[in-house]
Amino acid sequence: MSAAEEVVTEGQAVEAVPKRAMTLGTGTSLVVLALLLVVPLFVKNFIIFQMTMLLIYGVAVLALNILTGGSGQFSLGQSAFYAIGAYTSAILMEHANINYALTLPVAGIICFAVGFLFGQPALRLSGVYLALATFALATAMPQLLKLGFFEHWTGGVQGLVVTKPDAPFGLPMSQDMWLYYFTLAITIAIYVGSVNLLRSRSGRAFMSIRDNEIAASSMGVNVSLYKTLAFGVSAGITGIAGGLGAIAVQFVAPDSYTITLAISLFLGMVVGGVGWLPGSFVGSAFIIFVPNIAEGISKGLSGAVFGVLLFLVIFLIPHGARQIAIVGQQLAGRLRR
Amino acid sequence: MELFINQILAGISTGAIYACMALAVVMIYQAIDHLNFAQGEMAMFSTFIAWQLMQWGVPYWWSFILTIAFSFAAGIAIERILFKPLAKAPILTNVAGFIALFSIINSCAGLIWDFTIKQFPTPFGSSPFLGSQLISTHQAGMIGVTLLMLLGLFFFFRYTRMGLAMRAAASLPESARLVGINTSWMIALGWGMAAAIGSIAGILIAPVVFLEPNMMGGVLIYGFAAAVLGGLTSPLGAVVGGFLVGIFENLAGTYIPGVGNELKLPIALALIITVLVVKPAGLFGRPIVKRV
Repeated sequence: MSAAEEVVTEGQAVEAVPKRAMTLGTGTSLVVLALLLVVPLFVKNFIIFQMTMLLIYGVAVLALNILTGGSGQFSLGQSAFYAIGAYTSAILMEHANINYALTLPVAGIICFAVGFLFGQPALRLSGVYLALATFALATAMPQLLKLGFFEHWTGGVQGLVVTKPDAPFGLPMSQDMWLYYFTLAITIAIYVGSVNLLRSRSGRAFMSIRDNEIAASSMGVNVSLYKTLAFGVSAGITGIAGGLGAIAVQFVAPDSYTITLAISLFLGMVVGGVGWLPGSFVGSAFIIFVPNIAEGISKGLSGAVFGVLLFLVIFLIPHGARQIAIVGQQLAGRLRR
Repeated sequence: MELFINQILAGISTGAIYACMALAVVMIYQAIDHLNFAQGEMAMFSTFIAWQLMQWGVPYWWSFILTIAFSFAAGIAIERILFKPLAKAPILTNVAGFIALFSIINSCAGLIWDFTIKQFPTPFGSSPFLGSQLISTHQAGMIGVTLLMLLGLFFFFRYTRMGLAMRAAASLPESARLVGINTSWMIALGWGMAAAIGSIAGILIAPVVFLEPNMMGGVLIYGFAAAVLGGLTSPLGAVVGGFLVGIFENLAGTYIPGVGNELKLPIALALIITVLVVKPAGLFGRPIVKRV
């Protein structure tokens, strides 16, 4: 009937890339990886910071992609999980003096649990109804964080300031650069883990639910388990991204995690291509840089410019960056013949 | 007890706003089968048009009619220019399109009319209605107009060929095309009607929430919630849902300790989700039967 169910038509998340074309994909990812490793050595700290944010949002978009592209469920509530992750890291670092790196797994586990539990009632909902439920979560989160009851921990409306970690072992690099490489390592780990997850038995279960729930259940897939599991995994990864985000921005406050963030992540997924994991990072670049470009073109009309640019993108490539990748693969295949 | 009755009355009067918006939401949902996030901004823009016409000295009811006509045409134009080319694109891409439209309209309205709050006149006056301080004549008029629209829509969808064709085009496009319905134009018509209803909603709401480019943000969320609560397939459900949401919100704000203005919305939404978990198609919606 709507959103989630028709994600179906977008099909084939990671599968069905012909063998020969794979080399092109591998080649591209190696080049991108090399660029990600080398570029920070030559640019200013601010750009390094932006690249860090690109990776962090990329991970968050990737998490949404696993949920929507993988299991066909739609969520507008990712900002809530991002907030929980960010606050978990910030509170552990500032109140319990725990090392920043150790706070991330905790953030991930807590968010996994919250996502898994939230997935339970969400099981009965699909499409727009699920969108509304997750949307409610996203609008409630900033208000909950502001509650006087938690103020001792969360710092209320003022939020919490987080200290930026120094590079360990006396490595000769700036804080920003260290944080970038730290984020990059985690991003790669999560990316590889996610690709493998979608190729595993569980990933195939997700995709079978996305493509046809009834058929999946008649093949013996435990639909409710895997649906909630998808929610949990997605929330857990988003939580880790949130924790990283808190460390990178050095500040958490309720109003940084409104529905606007959830909408941005959603746009990132669409622009990158639903169900195509590498696209998450293209989408993340879009949501980080395009608003700035729009502001640069016209201050008063930045919203309109952003809208027009977004329209241009979806007119030209309705299936997102993935469409470009597919065209590229076909071209490469033809050249080889 | 008196407090309770007063809160219900206050809830009904805010509920009327949500009911108006929910009706527009359901209208477009019937026509295009998804929720239009830009609906509120379209209504806001129409309201500004009405305001501008009145500033130029056009009488109230003339600007009312002109605005409805303009909105209807603009709705069709938006569909033809922006969303028809996306008809074959994935649904999530369409949703991204709505967000883009939202951003464009909001930004343009801000540039043309700036972000200062403007007064908007009401034709019904604002004296207390039937001696109650909580419902003004304007709000009573608003409820009346909403019910009239509901009645009109009911007759349109139930008893006219066009209404039947629109319902057919929305529920089973392929079969509808086979019996000779121009489904593409039905969708455009749905956009036009939704925009027109939205403009009426905007004009009715503006005297209460005041006119500014972000006036619809909160209202649209409640409107969606109301529409979903009542069942997206039922205009009657949308109106009932609107009143229920208004009442819930007021009662929660009064009786649950620690719920200030800030938490009203999350609580209202939580309640709606609870209802949906029990009745997934909404209170008045038809459950969707799937074929295996």
